Amino acid sequence: MSEIRVEALTHVYSAGTPFEKTAIENISLSIPSGQFVGLLGHTGSGKSTFIQHLNALLKPSSGTVYVDGEDINKDKKSRRAVKNKVGLVFQYPEYQLFEETVFADIAFGPKNMGLGKEEIEQRVREACGFVGVEEELLQRSPLELSGGQKRRIAIAGVIAMRPGVLILDEPTAGLDPAGCRQIMDNICRYRRESGATVIIVSHNMDDAARLTERLIVFNHGAVAMDGTPEQIFAQPERLVEIGLNVPQSTALAMALREKGLPIAGSIYTHAQLMQALKGVGAC
Amino acid sequence: MDPIIRFENVHFTYPEGEREILCGVDLSIAPGSFVAVLGHNGSGKSTLAKHMNAILLPSSGKVFVRELDTADETKLLDIRRRVGMVFQNPDNQIVANVVEDDVAFAPENLGVPSEEIRQRVDAALRQVGMYEFRMHAPHLLSGGQKQRVAIAGVLAMEPEVLVLDEPTAMLDPQGRLEVIQTVTRLCREKGMTVVLITHHMEECIGADRLVVMSNGAIVADGSPAEVFSQVELMEREGLDVPETTRVLHELGLPTETLDTESCAALIAEKLR
Amino acid sequence: MLKDVTLGQYFPGNTVVHRLDPRTKILLLIFFIVALFTAKGWVGYGVMVLVTAASMAASHISPKNIFKGLKPMIFIIVFTAALNLFYTDGTPVLPGWPITWEGAARGAQMILRIILLIAGTFLLTYTTSPMALTDGMERLLSPLKKIGLPIHEITMMMSMALRFIPTLIEETDKIMSAQKARGADFENGNLLQRAKALLPILVPLFVSSFRRADELAVAMESRCYHGGSGRTRMKQLHFAPRDLWALLLGAVLVAGMFVLKHFGL
Repeated sequence: MSEIRVEALTHVYSAGTPFEKTAIENISLSIPSGQFVGLLGHTGSGKSTFIQHLNALLKPSSGTVYVDGEDINKDKKSRRAVKNKVGLVFQYPEYQLFEETVFADIAFGPKNMGLGKEEIEQRVREACGFVGVEEELLQRSPLELSGGQKRRIAIAGVIAMRPGVLILDEPTAGLDPAGCRQIMDNICRYRRESGATVIIVSHNMDDAARLTERLIVFNHGAVAMDGTPEQIFAQPERLVEIGLNVPQSTALAMALREKGLPIAGSIYTHAQLMQALKGVGAC
Repeated sequence: MDPIIRFENVHFTYPEGEREILCGVDLSIAPGSFVAVLGHNGSGKSTLAKHMNAILLPSSGKVFVRELDTADETKLLDIRRRVGMVFQNPDNQIVANVVEDDVAFAPENLGVPSEEIRQRVDAALRQVGMYEFRMHAPHLLSGGQKQRVAIAGVLAMEPEVLVLDEPTAMLDPQGRLEVIQTVTRLCREKGMTVVLITHHMEECIGADRLVVMSNGAIVADGSPAEVFSQVELMEREGLDVPETTRVLHELGLPTETLDTESCAALIAEKLR
Repeated sequence: MLKDVTLGQYFPGNTVVHRLDPRTKILLLIFFIVALFTAKGWVGYGVMVLVTAASMAASHISPKNIFKGLKPMIFIIVFTAALNLFYTDGTPVLPGWPITWEGAARGAQMILRIILLIAGTFLLTYTTSPMALTDGMERLLSPLKKIGLPIHEITMMMSMALRFIPTLIEETDKIMSAQKARGADFENGNLLQRAKALLPILVPLFVSSFRRADELAVAMESRCYHGGSGRTRMKQLHFAPRDLWALLLGAVLVAGMFVLKHFGL
């Protein structure tokens, strides 16, 4: 629902000290409203620094960030206002739960927005619906719940602010495959039903390839690749060069090509691989 | 060869808990082998690990480390020295502000003479490739490096078995690779017995043996290729199967290989 | 911002000061403090400044690091100086002004005393690994074990606390960012509102600290920790001749300061 435009964004940590470090340099890109974007790159590539600029948690050393056409760092007010528009879910968000009940914790964000009691209640229930948290959990203490449940409640806490852009940093880190699938389903559902722009930072190439419409690959604080999964995985060698994993199907397709099989096109899902194998008469 | 760790019909329930976490586990681990234990959250795999060095004791049944019964309190230190344990969160198992001081912690507890501690610490740090970092502060290291320090801290006890309880759950792909390569090398080159608890199927591919746990029981046990070839079982357990196995399975080819290269070779062979 | 806290930091090195036995360094710090509080006149303070500068040079610790550590203390320093400035009787600087020459001198000396005190303490922690520090402390206090004080346990807790300071700071930073992203406001409002705004940080911090403590205890037990009995040390403490010389210098310093005080310098 919200669009983002970033112009010549640079961030330098500890500027002017011996520890000075340029985290991102001269990044310009725009993300249209409603797009589902995956950010890839290894630790230290600058992607975490980048996303913290999108809701003004970090101030650019130089460059400008626009959300819906407005400079989010214009003044104190706009820096605060953007937090209601751009929701950011950090890695391991369950560690930030603090209220006595699940309800109160999810309501924390809406309350800070200054909403009325009824509105808050409605939003909490709506957010719970998106992440599949049952009604009877609302009065329990978040600390009693399982890891996967806590994670979903923490995400609901951000969704309840109805952000036009939802950013999630490694939303599935540390979860087992079933837990990962559930979280990814929740996120996809939120996006479908709310029309929000969604950006996920992920190490899981298979998920990123399968679910998103656009992939942005960070390397050494700059954008190394930017395109649809189709375009990105048409040149898997570049990903390998950057030191990233490729989806398992892509890896197998690459190995098959090396064996001389005419596997053409961009392959990043199991179905695509099977299709291609059918094409060469393997089944 | 005699097993190094042996579970005999182990049941476990937490004192106040209602649900049985382990429901009659029988398991023998051969010395020098690399055993991966795979299971979803709550399958009992971490509880199983904690029985291996007497952090938890069976409610009924027995666990033996070599000939030592883990319930025998007088043998506690001996058991823990033989079975080194590495945990999930690297920050919560490093006790000192300097890498080498941390690695020295276990031998110091065991009353090893000073000069020998020095040798063990240096050897352990070299084995995990962290010797150059011995004077560093742990909180400035990457996740993978911290976890390698934690492994060195256990190696300094000169254990016979290395048990790793989801050591990669909090790491990025680079750190995961570092840890898995380190333990694989320790097993292959030094003959260390390795028990790796994980929920990442790709980490099990290089193991000698794969044990799958579900609801406190072992539901599959065999070579990784054998276990993964039971695609339906794995899906029922909510676990992933390597793409190589899936493709071979659907093509009706024998699923005896997990490696991408050899899988591609197999398919190419068939088409020729 | 929290990353600036340097408490308990250690800069590894291989200077004479780094190599001194931690027990020597702890005793030297005590000598230093006694000498500092004995100093009365400008000559005395001058000697203390020289001693501090010389120790810093010998340990290759740059003044920048000391000043960085001073930052959080600025309020206390300014406050003490102001108190002395305004509440000391004597000759006014200008007729009718509440500030006296004596007050200005005492204020300046107070600032100097606090700065030197902190600098001395930082020199100890900067040049001594926390392990060595607590080890030294345990050994110095070990006579108290005889009367039943749990010295090993106390020093162990201290070293754990030092070990986890950076981890907790990092965690606090993360939690703060996360709550800010949910619209939490830590900067505006009156005192009560601000105190309340800290809850979303403190509660998660406590919860995670308890979890950490739990996991750490299991990890330590797994590495055969069973209290202080029968423990050995990789780095054994032993006094070298240089320790004796250092202590002698320390004693000379204290004696010298008493002499200076006697002459009112």
